[in-house]
Amino acid sequence: MQRKQRLTRSTAYFIPYTLWILLFVIAPVLLLIYQSFFNIDGQFTFANYQTYFASSTYLMMTVNSVWYAFLITLATLLISYPTAYLLNETKHPQLWLLLIIMPTWINLLLKAYAFIGIFSQAGIANQFLSFIGIGPKQLLFTNFSFIFVAAYIQIPFMVLPIYNSISELKPSYINASRDLGATNWQTFSRVIFPLTLPGVKAGIQAVFIPSLSLFMLTRLIGGNKVITLGTAIEEHFLTTMNWGMGSTIGVVLIVAMVIIMWLTGGRKPRSRKGLTK
Amino acid sequence: MKTRFKWRNLYLWLVFIILYAPIIFLIVYSFSQGTTMNNFHGFTWSHYQDLFADSRLIAIFLDTLLIALLSSLLATTIGTLGALGINNTTRPVTKSTLLALNNILMVSPDVIIGASFLIFFTALKIPLGFGSVLLSHIAFSIPIVVLMVLPKIQEMGTSLLDAAADLGANNWQLLSQVIVPYIMPGIFSGFFMALTYSLDDFAVTFFVTGNGFTTLSVEIYSRARQGINLEINALSGLMFLLALVLVIGYYFINQYSSQHRKAVRGRRG
Repeated sequence: MQRKQRLTRSTAYFIPYTLWILLFVIAPVLLLIYQSFFNIDGQFTFANYQTYFASSTYLMMTVNSVWYAFLITLATLLISYPTAYLLNETKHPQLWLLLIIMPTWINLLLKAYAFIGIFSQAGIANQFLSFIGIGPKQLLFTNFSFIFVAAYIQIPFMVLPIYNSISELKPSYINASRDLGATNWQTFSRVIFPLTLPGVKAGIQAVFIPSLSLFMLTRLIGGNKVITLGTAIEEHFLTTMNWGMGSTIGVVLIVAMVIIMWLTGGRKPRSRKGLTK
Repeated sequence: MKTRFKWRNLYLWLVFIILYAPIIFLIVYSFSQGTTMNNFHGFTWSHYQDLFADSRLIAIFLDTLLIALLSSLLATTIGTLGALGINNTTRPVTKSTLLALNNILMVSPDVIIGASFLIFFTALKIPLGFGSVLLSHIAFSIPIVVLMVLPKIQEMGTSLLDAAADLGANNWQLLSQVIVPYIMPGIFSGFFMALTYSLDDFAVTFFVTGNGFTTLSVEIYSRARQGINLEINALSGLMFLLALVLVIGYYFINQYSSQHRKAVRGRRG
């Protein structure tokens, strides 16, 4: 009773936070949806949605963006799962984990910039290709380099949730499975993987959503060959100044995000840095 | 058994090399003579000298730092008060709604945050520049502060507060002498995360920055679009050091807070 009294006595301190929710969480999203119903001349219209759903360019762009996000997520998952699994078996997993997460503290733009040097015509990657006899190739501004760099940036965000769920796995389950005669593969596919699925889902969610919107990578590394939803939004807002169409694509991106969150069933937010648990 | 052990270490090392090679590559070439990242031409400090002579870049660096410090201070204050408020809600529905709203900006793609903030600032006729960037950085840093502080508040329990209230502490004394000292490690972690969020942000800033004002990330982007410039490598060397300091700082705060937690548990148990 006394506790309740203490709480109701003053709520003034809660005002800034409530204002933040109203002004910076709810209002911008509503404004984005509102803006999507206006054309470039500021007239109310449904034309943006009609254009979007009738134009094969926009639909193909969306399919492409989802496809590339899928490839990036798949590549990241294939590298990260074994990493997380092996990490758990080392002597000092926390230290190794810290080392995996460290690169997320380096500015994203600098990491992208490094790959401009690595993948350039006479860069170290091409020197290596010449050395092993393949000869120099166009690496920068290709779809391959886009997927490679995106996966490189996302790996720590995939390793972290998977590692967390693997480290919670009780070794007794694995022992039981082996004692009952399961092969290594059966133990993995029937016991380990299903039990670590929540971590995998969290990782997919953490990687897939940002992959739909990485616009600086499509420009710096992908050479504008891959257009993601994010690139399209940036283009409409800052280059062609067609905010209505940009907002429409933004609404599509929000819908895609909600679908992914629904499919992966998690509401745990990804933090942009590691180390937040 | 022994060979399996080696294989697994090899894989981990390979992942490590891939993760760190680009960063090391950047820093190595910051010491290279010449203008490209293709062949190492001998050691020089000249790119660092260029960097320190580049008054435009230094001004941008200071602006970035100012934005980061101001925004994380304000975000920490608002976020901590918000976490206290969320903890004080009595109805579970209100609490989960508040938490869901809190997390919206954490899961939204940067592009959506940037675009919607741009519409928001334009609608309110807030000029784009320092002010709009600062407001955006405060806005996207608040949720992480709440997430770092809330567990600390929940860990505190009510008996401590009841005891203080029984001993006649008023609201302000309760906050300043009991609650804040207890949740200080959480506040520090929140401040740290807000700081790094702000220093690292590119996409949101890119949308709301307008013409006159830039931060380091945006500047690196526009320079990188023009190609290789070893001054950026020198900059990355310095930023790597800064990141290292931040990671070590964060690590010690966490160590402190976990020791603190153990000590408290020990006292209780």
